[in-house]
Amino acid sequence: MAEKLNKVFIDVEVDASVAGDTALAAKLEEVCPVNIFKAGSAGVEVVEENLDECVLCKLCLEAAPAGTVHVKKLYDDTELS
Amino acid sequence: MRFYEFEARKIVELAGIPVTKYGFCTSAEQARQAAEEIGGPVVVKSQVLSGGRMKAGGVKFADTSEEAAAHAEDILKLEINGQMPRGVLVDPKADVKQEYYASVVWDGTAKRPLMLFSDMGGIDIEEVAETHPDHVGRGHLANLFPIPDFEAKQTIAATGVTGSQLNRATPILARLARLFREYDMTLAEINPLAELTDGSFVALDAHMEMENEAVGRQKVLLRKQLEIAEDDTRETYEPSDFERNVAAIDAADHRGVIQGKDHGFSGNLGLVIGAGGGSLTLTDAVRSQGGKPANYSEIGGNPSVAKACGLAKEVLEKDGVEKIAVMMSIVSNTRVDIVARGVIKACLELGKDPGETIAIFRIPGAWEDEGFKILERYGVEYCDRSVSLWEAAGRAVAKVQGAAA
Repeated sequence: MAEKLNKVFIDVEVDASVAGDTALAAKLEEVCPVNIFKAGSAGVEVVEENLDECVLCKLCLEAAPAGTVHVKKLYDDTELS
Repeated sequence: MRFYEFEARKIVELAGIPVTKYGFCTSAEQARQAAEEIGGPVVVKSQVLSGGRMKAGGVKFADTSEEAAAHAEDILKLEINGQMPRGVLVDPKADVKQEYYASVVWDGTAKRPLMLFSDMGGIDIEEVAETHPDHVGRGHLANLFPIPDFEAKQTIAATGVTGSQLNRATPILARLARLFREYDMTLAEINPLAELTDGSFVALDAHMEMENEAVGRQKVLLRKQLEIAEDDTRETYEPSDFERNVAAIDAADHRGVIQGKDHGFSGNLGLVIGAGGGSLTLTDAVRSQGGKPANYSEIGGNPSVAKACGLAKEVLEKDGVEKIAVMMSIVSNTRVDIVARGVIKACLELGKDPGETIAIFRIPGAWEDEGFKILERYGVEYCDRSVSLWEAAGRAVAKVQGAAA
């Protein structure tokens, strides 16, 4: 059985300053079309197994306060802005 | 979807085309009763979805009902081309004056149905078209407008048939054309269409194939009139593990569509291909340039990374596969970068180097710039739309042949 790899192409980070915001977590969960965010009791959770499904739509960047969500393209070492 | 002869006969009958009194039987006793009801000599025919029945001993003539029962018993146990018969058809041995051929096929080039008629029935129509082209009449039909009888008449008249034969055959061909459209057939064939000694016309054998995509909207015909069960898919072989696994991956995720077939393939070049007829073109292009495909596949409809990865992994895990070629025509809704991620991930998860394993990646279209960045990162040879499908296939073949040498 081959090992499943996550975070090969995309990584997402949420700043600690907003990660505990449950309202933002719910918003991110709602806007992401590929379920990268989950609203947990402690705030925003990043679902690692879905990271590589990111379609670079920027909806999470628009939903969150500016500069608090970082979508990193690991294949060209750039960040979505 | 293919139909057994007894079902095709029923479809013809439903369309108002005369058929001989026949009986579909699943036991020798039923065959005996059917032969008795018909009275006189009969022919007992195996009901398999395969040609070559006569040669395999699946068609036998009987003069009595006892003989018909004995033949049915033998035929019901007879495997033909790997298939056990669904039953037998007991048919009267008709008193035939002349045999004709009538069919309607889908002309993929003209994108319209095409009527074919010949006064040389009972034999292979391709052979007639080759040796006696003046005995084959052809006539295209509209896709939407009603089908008038005169179009059928013109097609028949082109073969030189006149008089009462022309008048009697015309409604049969016209009805065949109407049923072709009404039931979403890709082939509706009566061969032979027999003129009996009393001058009447009957369909002695029929062959029907329905467009698979139409099965959902032909429930009345399939489930009620023909009583075909929903799980009766009419596949002529058991799906392989590869085919089952690909179908399961596709069913598990609503995003995009993948299909995979490997029946009859045993090559060393795996294909992850698709897009608007691209799969057929690319498979042909690989074969024409000496390549040996390990499978056939279709990918499209903007699949997820997981789905593209799943297909590529299944292809890569097939016995004998040395490299994969990822090729499509120009895509618009499927994203190049998503497919690139999927196939590269498949290589990585299997511990293979994407640059060595992917012989070529030729998918131009939506998000190609992003896709090309990913491919570059992993050292995968890729090309854009300036490289034809043919050339891309040739490069893949050269690479895999180089690897094998």
